[in-house]
Amino acid sequence: MEEVDVEPTTTPIPGFDSNQKHLGFVWGPGDILVYETIYKASGGSAGGCPFVHEVRKDEDIYSPILRKLFNESHHIFVGLQRIREDLPSKNKKPQFVSISKNYRSVIRACMEELQQVAVYHNDSLGNTLLSLELIWNLCEVLFIDAAPAGSLVLHLLDWVRLHKADVDEKAREVLASESPAEHQAYWDVVISYVLQGRMDEARQVLVKQAALQPAARVMFKLLDNLLMKMPIFNPGETQTLTEFDVKWRHWREEVDHCLQDQSFASNRHLEDICKILVGDEDVLLEYKELLSTWYHFLVTRLLFSHPTVKPTELHYYAQSSMHMFLDTRSVPEPLDSILLAAFEFDIHQVIKDCSIALNNWWFVGHLTDLLDHCKLLQSHNLHFGSNLREFLLLEYASGLFTHHSLWQLAVDYFDHCPEFGRVYLELQIERVPLDTERKALKVIRICEQRQMTEQVRSICKIMAKKALRNNRLGSALSWSIRAKDAAFATLISERFLQDYCAKGTFSDLDLIDNLGPAMLLSDRLTFLGKYREFHRLYGEKRFSDAAKLLLSLMTAKIAPHSFWMTLLTDALPLLEQKEVIFSADQTHELMFCLEELTSGKSDEDIETTKIELLRLALARNLAMAIVKEGTVEV
Amino acid sequence: MEGINAKYVSKKISKTRWRPVSSSSLQQPDIFATGSWDNEDNSISIWSIGENGVSSMGDEFEGDPQLLCEYKHNGDVLDLQFLDQDRIVTASSTGAVTIFRHHHNSQTLSVSQLWERAHHYPCNNAPCTGVVCNSPEIVTVGEDGRIMLFRADQEGVLRTIEKADSSAIHAVTFLRTTEILTVNSIGQLKLWDFRQPGNEPSQILSLGGASRTGDRVPLHCVDRHPNQQHIVATGGQDGMLCIWDVRQGNMPISLMEAHTSEMWEVHFHPSNPGHLFSCSEDGSLLHWETSSNTDTPSFLQGGRNTSIISRSAIAPTGGNQSLINAWLTGDSSKGHLETTHMLPSQMLSVNSLDVLGQCLVCGTDGEAIYVNRHVPI
Repeated sequence: MEEVDVEPTTTPIPGFDSNQKHLGFVWGPGDILVYETIYKASGGSAGGCPFVHEVRKDEDIYSPILRKLFNESHHIFVGLQRIREDLPSKNKKPQFVSISKNYRSVIRACMEELQQVAVYHNDSLGNTLLSLELIWNLCEVLFIDAAPAGSLVLHLLDWVRLHKADVDEKAREVLASESPAEHQAYWDVVISYVLQGRMDEARQVLVKQAALQPAARVMFKLLDNLLMKMPIFNPGETQTLTEFDVKWRHWREEVDHCLQDQSFASNRHLEDICKILVGDEDVLLEYKELLSTWYHFLVTRLLFSHPTVKPTELHYYAQSSMHMFLDTRSVPEPLDSILLAAFEFDIHQVIKDCSIALNNWWFVGHLTDLLDHCKLLQSHNLHFGSNLREFLLLEYASGLFTHHSLWQLAVDYFDHCPEFGRVYLELQIERVPLDTERKALKVIRICEQRQMTEQVRSICKIMAKKALRNNRLGSALSWSIRAKDAAFATLISERFLQDYCAKGTFSDLDLIDNLGPAMLLSDRLTFLGKYREFHRLYGEKRFSDAAKLLLSLMTAKIAPHSFWMTLLTDALPLLEQKEVIFSADQTHELMFCLEELTSGKSDEDIETTKIELLRLALARNLAMAIVKEGTVEV
Repeated sequence: MEGINAKYVSKKISKTRWRPVSSSSLQQPDIFATGSWDNEDNSISIWSIGENGVSSMGDEFEGDPQLLCEYKHNGDVLDLQFLDQDRIVTASSTGAVTIFRHHHNSQTLSVSQLWERAHHYPCNNAPCTGVVCNSPEIVTVGEDGRIMLFRADQEGVLRTIEKADSSAIHAVTFLRTTEILTVNSIGQLKLWDFRQPGNEPSQILSLGGASRTGDRVPLHCVDRHPNQQHIVATGGQDGMLCIWDVRQGNMPISLMEAHTSEMWEVHFHPSNPGHLFSCSEDGSLLHWETSSNTDTPSFLQGGRNTSIISRSAIAPTGGNQSLINAWLTGDSSKGHLETTHMLPSQMLSVNSLDVLGQCLVCGTDGEAIYVNRHVPI
């Protein structure tokens, strides 16, 4: 068992006094139920807390703004899974980069919205999202885009510029003022631009100062020239890295030369700028406030000292930058260690640290999935059989399933976990609460699409039982038809038949009359339909058809034995008609049925009067039938 | 599919409806209402898509829908209709029927009337699944198999048809001012005439043996042709679109394969009935167009058009092939019917849609609303 990396946080439970009683708990899918037990820690008071508390780690899932994040990223996730596998990876890289950008824009959209409602909301959520976007962006630059030496620094510069947007705001303020060159933030703006490698903007702002000091015009012109001539690597051109390196070294020598010549000695600010251009780390560290973060310091340092840095060398500079920038006494924050791990190209460490620092799996799940698609994760089998990507996605989706509404998103995540996804889904989907028919229909549709017949059956059975309890026989029947549940259909038919025997008429005629092919689902149901048809035929006075049907119900063994008495009693009025309805053969069969019915029973069971009546009627009918059939028309 | 953007609203949307515009003005609708479901706190919301007087230069960023106001709703919103310009009726999964009033000046909603146990079982509540209004009368149906008739501003119930159905009634529509049509979960259409006393339907229609599987398929939605009072379209669990002529007895006029799972809503375009829209659990929204002009059969057209397999069960009476009756023939080989997908693929279920003028709004289980202001009709 590995050691815990961080101290676990303690959550006090209101109303519990942990000194008095022991706490009991039970794990749920995403939370813990906590209760007070009767066991005392040491002779304490008797009174107890009657409540059961639910402790949830992940509150973010319930934030309405973050829900948009979950929904939109689900859409992107599903699109990512459907990218065809057979394309060569060269063509897929731009796709992956654009997907990564999509994810980031979703995070940013959420951030902006959070800022708008920042009045009540804890700012910590906004800050977390900011850090998430920062980390994701860095991972995109280093891992997905995998920029080579030369463009690497440029990409990192973009990364830093994106996350240090206050420079533009300050610049706007300065330029909008009456006398920009005398604004107190003027030099801050110029130097910030230089630190971010934005030479053109720096030059534009410098011009204002130059206008104010015509005497130092030569100096300003010189600096302007140096700034203009700074070589920037252009990956599109045919210039190779070595050529760029040579050019850059020339330029740097020129700047150094100016420094040695004391050309900027009269103006401290200009001299500082020159020193920055040469990559003087001490001067850079003087402007800690403008840099504000060690990774800004790192990128600036690289820009001015090692613009051709290779990805593999990055970690060395990252570590040293962090040590130089940060106070040696302060403890590194989680964000810093995550970024450092990224610079060291240790993807697993990044994921691990993020998992610990964040309280839900959204970030690591999606990032790992994207990295896995880029084939950057070695298949790393965990002790419990699945790989890292699947493990994280399963955790994320399980967390979603605890949400009353977001469970639908989780289904797609489970679909794309090849090893355990299906099992998880089977277990979870049965526990979705079903309040309305519409929700049940959606859940059933999800199960049917994945051939989870067991789950379909059990859900239909639950709904059918509910309907039956409320005496909605039609609804119950339609649920059993959906599940192809013959047993339940039989149950419902029994209910109908019991009702008939009790009341003498059928209830819900609209259902029984219109069963259609569903009748064949169960024998009992077929009998019910046919029996009703018999009554209908009788009502329409189509006696011979009715008689034939009645007989077939008994001879074809569709009718249950318990009902035969009723059927035979129903035959009585037909036998008593003036006209002969049952033929001789049919009467014989009826008699046979009657015998079969009475044979096994003792005298007390059978109703003797009814039997006698029947026997009499049958005999009379037989006589009339024989006469009728024997008569020849002359 | 241009001009359609998603607006994520953090709640699964079960119903969307445009606020009616007065027929005299040629304005496009600009306000719609939505109801949510499957949330711990459900709500109904009113949205605006902004001024339509701005000349569009074909840009898609004509503004996201803006939330005007919202009100908490007890239970899932299973159906929603505008009673008039200011009032909205909702059907709830708790069995309640509520009338909300939208106050334009303060942009707020308030409850104007509430019938709490409109639909119920002997022991608990039953969800009220459909509501339809013909101001001031309101007809509601529910899973308890009851049909209720209310009048706005009157507290009591005008009329109850008990035991109207032994299964759950899923949707209802007006055929005439005194006649309604309901569909239920065993695949029957029932006509009810309010002028007649008693609890029996005046007519029952069902699919008979003409359906694909031969089973009675639960029907989920129904809509009447705007001009022809005897033509209705229904959609059900198997995603097939059926067009019926209620004068004609027990078989539908035409059956068309539309979706791969349940069809939740079907609507004729109110002013252009040659167009029909349907949305489904499989995440698609189809736009059906009849045209007697094209010669190319619809299944040969490329792109996202689906092929139609239709079987005309009965030849229509009076067989004129005019545009209005084009629905009755539904014959794909003559190129009469064309469908287009209106939403991007890979979506969760589209639960509801509404179309008015050139504007279409729909809501999905992905917690998003889509508005299209340039529906080609």
